[in-house]
Amino acid sequence: MATLKELSKEEYFLPGNATCAGCGAAIAIRLAHKALGPRTVFVVPACCTSVIQSAFPFTAFATPCLNMAFEAAAAAASGVVAAYEKRGVKDVAVLAWAGDGGTVDIGLQALSGAAERGTNFIYVCYDNEAYGNTGFQRSGASPYGSQTTTTPTGKKEHKKDVPMIMAAHEIPYVATACISYPLDFVNKLRKAKEMVGTKYIQVLTPCPPGWRYSTERTIEMGRLAVQTGIWALFEIENGRFELSSPSAGLVDKSKRKPIEEYVKEQGRFSQLTPESLEEIKRWIDETWENYKKLQFNV
Amino acid sequence: MSKVIVETGNRIAGFACQAARAEVIAAYPITPQTTVVEQIAELVEAGKMDAKYIRVESEHSAMAACIGAAVGGARTFTATSSHGLALMHEMLHWASASRLPIVMAVVNRAMGPSWNIWADFSDSLSQRDTGWIQYYCADNQEIFDTIIQAYKLCEDKSVFMPAMVCFEGFILSHTSMPVNIPDQKEIDDFLPPYNPPWLMDVDNPITHGNIVYPDWYMEFRYFMYEAMENARKLIPEIDKEYGRRFGFEHGGHVETYGCEDAELLILSMGTIGSEAKLVVDNLRKQGLNVGAARVRVFRPFPKDEIVNLAKNAQMLTIIDRQVSYGMEGPLHTEVKASLYSQTDSPLTAGFIAGLGGRDVTTQDIEKMVKKSLQYLKAGKVEKEVQWVGLRE
Amino acid sequence: MIYRGLAKYFNLRLATTLLLTRMDTMAKAPQKMRDLPPTPLSCPRIASTGKTGSWRTFRPIINTEKCTHCQICWIYCPEACVELDATNLPKINYDYCKGCGICAHECPLKIIQMEREGVT
Repeated sequence: MATLKELSKEEYFLPGNATCAGCGAAIAIRLAHKALGPRTVFVVPACCTSVIQSAFPFTAFATPCLNMAFEAAAAAASGVVAAYEKRGVKDVAVLAWAGDGGTVDIGLQALSGAAERGTNFIYVCYDNEAYGNTGFQRSGASPYGSQTTTTPTGKKEHKKDVPMIMAAHEIPYVATACISYPLDFVNKLRKAKEMVGTKYIQVLTPCPPGWRYSTERTIEMGRLAVQTGIWALFEIENGRFELSSPSAGLVDKSKRKPIEEYVKEQGRFSQLTPESLEEIKRWIDETWENYKKLQFNV
Repeated sequence: MSKVIVETGNRIAGFACQAARAEVIAAYPITPQTTVVEQIAELVEAGKMDAKYIRVESEHSAMAACIGAAVGGARTFTATSSHGLALMHEMLHWASASRLPIVMAVVNRAMGPSWNIWADFSDSLSQRDTGWIQYYCADNQEIFDTIIQAYKLCEDKSVFMPAMVCFEGFILSHTSMPVNIPDQKEIDDFLPPYNPPWLMDVDNPITHGNIVYPDWYMEFRYFMYEAMENARKLIPEIDKEYGRRFGFEHGGHVETYGCEDAELLILSMGTIGSEAKLVVDNLRKQGLNVGAARVRVFRPFPKDEIVNLAKNAQMLTIIDRQVSYGMEGPLHTEVKASLYSQTDSPLTAGFIAGLGGRDVTTQDIEKMVKKSLQYLKAGKVEKEVQWVGLRE
Repeated sequence: MIYRGLAKYFNLRLATTLLLTRMDTMAKAPQKMRDLPPTPLSCPRIASTGKTGSWRTFRPIINTEKCTHCQICWIYCPEACVELDATNLPKINYDYCKGCGICAHECPLKIIQMEREGVT
């Protein structure tokens, strides 16, 4: 199990890059490097990460990074994996690192194909719940009621449940994470690295300009997402579902913080109607009923 | 030992991929390409080919996977047709600007709707701006030879651009012909192991493809343009070297037949070029001074060869198996563009024929020649673009 | 391979481990066309976008006497500009700190203050 003390002090996502102040994705990239080390190849489709690495001739990535077309991260990663296998390149983690847009929507086909073929790679979807790179338009991962530039009166559909979609592919490892629980994310990445096959991790990365909160509260927003239950931390390892701490303690509804504490802090929820708020609550409760069934076989 | 096998164009393409020692193949089936990838799957699973075959879930992913594999250090191959090539379009741009020597067999097939699985060049010619080298084959021997030559060309340090080897669906893909397969050791000698232009390598971390501002984008595009010009120089050299070693060559950029003293030249691509040779023989018997020039390489376009061929001709009969709507056949346009700066160029008559796999027979070609000769006699081309054989 | 010449193009000693405190040789930008690699290949470099410290409005000041070296500010810094010494005492790299305030907000002892730039 990781501890802050033993994490490497070396930085592979270099400072002086193009991230917004308080960027959740930047924290996720740093944590991924701390988990996986320098022998990691990133395949990055069009997303915030393609831009935050800065412009030619410099890059903020001190690990190899292959930028790729929007929908093709998992397909390109499949190619890298095949070439490495053919050439006998060992002990290098191939990591597809995509935003929610390039995963949940346009990238879903390639991801599904790669998973179905049992491609030996780790796919991380860092989720800021919209198309952040292009100015925060809605994605399939945007939550119900959230305001984006293409859903100005709030999204009318619920968040697409890609972790469960990936679990249905019967891949060896599916996990959810949040940058506010850094050691949990690091542990999950390290576990994924040791496994063979397709490993999928979706990590919640709050976004100050998109979610509309003051930059210092990025970690707080992630924490509230987990504490209210709107985002749950879990693993599905070889088909076995298990909630991670602290989500494991939130099966009892009374232990979950009221969702109001989360939505009232973010400008993207500022125009929620009472009906929308009730719908969000209903969705959270229904989702957790399902988690309870999966965890306890009831 | 070299050997002669009798096989369909598709399976020959599969054997060429094997002979070229491709290391990663990522492909998605589409008629009439399917037996290419089936042949490769058979070879890989029988252990006759030391390669990874990624059964990707779409053609777009096929090209993305080839790109990933190429920068992972492997020699790559793929194949497609028609809508598959169209779906790949975005990634064709990505492959060429990434300067990756990917070789792809394109089994030419018409674009829908409606679904038409038969041959024309609407799929590959509409990709002519993507920065891919384009070869067009006229028989199965040429398919084999050209795939090997394409790797040699693409992997040259002065090139590093991808190439598509095109051949017509069903006419070649599903027709068996005898093909000479050279000895593998000799092929290895001609085509050394893959030396990647750049790599995803944890010991030398670089980022590829992050933002390039307007202040450097043009220079990178100029490099691609330059690489194409380098390819232009190398194409006939490689064809000749291949001919010296293995006994088969295909004319470099343009395969000529009876052009030396010809008054009229039939310009075409692919198997229509083969038929044109028969027409030349027939018409010469009738006392007509006709020659045939088959454009084997469309990109880079053989401007100089066209200019040279046109020097002694009075009329060019140009047959296109594709039309660019709102203009004319691409071969026609590019021939005229090549001749524009010359004084005293021949007349050109453009013919659109064979779309959607409609047969282009020697009789059809003779009619086109006779029509062109009428224009020549009249001193002007009444109808610059003519569609052949419409059932009016 | 063409890209091995990148080191020559950019005058950079390529290193896979880059300790913040030891980043000495900085990659140079190309000046003319033939300085370029054949396809856009970029080199790792601190300050890839520039001295982003110029972005901030507020700067974090750590009260190092009260600090318990818990490493929370370090792990949560999006910019990797909290540098830890051998005892895990944090120090802000003000060249790149964008002033987001996460360190101050998350410090369990609340001993990091955000001070307005240019006031003192």
